[in-house]
Amino acid sequence: MKISTYFLALLCPVILLSSCKKNTDEVTADTKSTFSIEFENQVNGSPLVLNTTSYKNAKGEDFKINVFKYYVSNIKLSKADGTTYLIPESYFLIDASKAESTNITLKDVPTGDYTKIEYTIGVDYARNFAGAQTGALDPINGMFWTWNSGYIFVKLEGTSPQSAATGNALTFHIGGVTDPNNTIRTFTTEINAANPLRVRTDGKPNMHFIVNAAALFTGKTDISFSTLYFTMGGANSVIVANNYANGLFRLDHIHN
Amino acid sequence: MLFLSIALMYACSKNEDEVTPEEKKITFSVPANFPAPAYNFEDNKLSNAGFTLGKKLFYEGRLSADKSVSCGSCHQQFAAFTQLDHKVSHGVNNCQGKRNTPPLFNLAWQKAFFWDGGVKNIETSPLNAITDACEMGTNIETIIAFLKNTAPYPDLFKQAFGSTEINSQVILKSIAQFTAVLVSGNSKYDKVIRKESGIAFTSTELAGYNLFKEKCTSCHAEPFFTDFSYRNNGLDLVSTDEGRSHITGAASDFGKFRVPTLRNIEYTSPYMHDGRFYSLDEVLEHYNSGVKASTNLDAQLKTGIPLNTTEKEQIKAFLKTLTDHEFIKNTLYSES
Ligand code: HEC
Ligand code: HEC
Repeated sequence: MKISTYFLALLCPVILLSSCKKNTDEVTADTKSTFSIEFENQVNGSPLVLNTTSYKNAKGEDFKINVFKYYVSNIKLSKADGTTYLIPESYFLIDASKAESTNITLKDVPTGDYTKIEYTIGVDYARNFAGAQTGALDPINGMFWTWNSGYIFVKLEGTSPQSAATGNALTFHIGGVTDPNNTIRTFTTEINAANPLRVRTDGKPNMHFIVNAAALFTGKTDISFSTLYFTMGGANSVIVANNYANGLFRLDHIHN
Repeated sequence: MLFLSIALMYACSKNEDEVTPEEKKITFSVPANFPAPAYNFEDNKLSNAGFTLGKKLFYEGRLSADKSVSCGSCHQQFAAFTQLDHKVSHGVNNCQGKRNTPPLFNLAWQKAFFWDGGVKNIETSPLNAITDACEMGTNIETIIAFLKNTAPYPDLFKQAFGSTEINSQVILKSIAQFTAVLVSGNSKYDKVIRKESGIAFTSTELAGYNLFKEKCTSCHAEPFFTDFSYRNNGLDLVSTDEGRSHITGAASDFGKFRVPTLRNIEYTSPYMHDGRFYSLDEVLEHYNSGVKASTNLDAQLKTGIPLNTTEKEQIKAFLKTLTDHEFIKNTLYSES
């Protein structure tokens, strides 16, 4: 009697686990490990230096960057067999003025070879309207609009002689999750199958992404700072989001 | 001193219905004539300690830039938590805000906040007041530093959330434990609707209720006396405050504001998003003769709402049955 009860108790979770595996395409693994992602901020191939260095947009106009911050969230990994793993509570704020924020660590990831990574540039719909958050989503980070609930997904502030604003300011606060001005964008990149992201118990791989801040201003629509120098959500933010959706991130290499 | 406080405690407990040494358990109660709330404390477990802390923060003037303005300065209990006699909010350094302070009650049923519906969660709704240069004029960093270094706050946070760690999340959650518990559902109107014994409308109030159902409930819908939609009721030909379109960017939302609740309306003067009317007479006269043909004027108000003197008196009598004296006087919500 006693033995069979124990046996059942042992069996139950096993049944639960195996039924999970059958019903979804989720990655399962007995072991977990860690990997990291480094975001190297650049402007058109040159390192991003805040405040001092002058860059050119696609229209040939000069500009400088004082603030560059963006959210990367809901990181999802896929294996060649099509199974996926969504890293729970993966919300990261990368801030060009804080070196430590540009290298993020993902813990408790099932070991295995991953051939695709995707993530949200910004914050998913639900969290924009959720109750008080902490960590990367803490409003203290200056990325939450207090008068129109929701996060600023990408914030670039700077100057350009072309801007008609006071102090020639450039203010690009991109966010908003409701149609027609939804700016949530997902970035996906395949990983070379010859050198996949190898998450191992005895190795902590690092993915290296190049982030091109100038991608906000080119791509679908080349932006001139004489006509667009200020946006905080709305239709102009959508133009910028459509630009950076594909151009902001590029997977450079992986150190396995 | 010890003797005095014991005596005080004794005196207090004597006034309670039941003499119990423990404090009364704070509960969130849904009146029988209300639907299910939108906010149900799922991710913010209501506790006496959380409520007490939230209330203390609500009345804490030292949170503001000039140490004088608390949430309670603009949201005053005797005015159903709006700011009495102020057309628009009055914040730090005598700064005049842009909009009339809305009352605070039944917020747990609201899915959007502010006159333009820009804020979407009760927990995040204090952030604008905290940071607005014209309201409390401060920032979260400063508030956290103040609370960390000021007794008894670290202890109160520990009691409420199990840790002396103070961050914006626990500050906002505790304030929500106070603001979401503010329920006003014990007006004469509620008691009549719930058929509580011995309570009935006078003939004037009843006539007013019938007129109200005919002319006003299409927007000021029961039981909250708002359908929570955004509309233009013809205050100006061209509004100086863009209202709802500030949030949606849609021209068709220009000059529209959230239909306000009319509960406790007797105590929430002045009225409208900019506090332009001081009396209910002025409001009713607006509907009778003052509606302006703005571009986005609500279709129902194209010809205004004609009201004669008797009808106005009847509607006013009914509106006064929406006053919830128990709520306004409830010492549980008062600064202690
Ligand atoms: C200077 C006056 C002032 C202070 C101080 C103030 N508020 Fe307000 N509050 C307002 C005004 C004005 C609005 C409406 C804003 C709008 O519609 O744009 C408002 C709106 C709100 C709302 C939304 C109500 C609704 O029905 O939409 C809540 C909740 C609120 N305040 C809570 C607080 C809390 C909590 C504090 C303290 C941290 C606080 N307020 C401090 C003036 C103030
Ligand atoms: C077409 C919708 C509509 C109808 C019908 C309507 N109202 Fe209103 N009412 C509004 C809106 C919208 C506001 C807020 C306008 C603003 O501030 O810009 C408002 C504001 C008010 C206010 C001020 C409340 C406050 O706290 O500031 C009172 C009082 C009021 N209405 C009473 C009435 C009465 C009584 C009737 C019927 C005779 C009525 N309303 C009919 C939409 C309506």
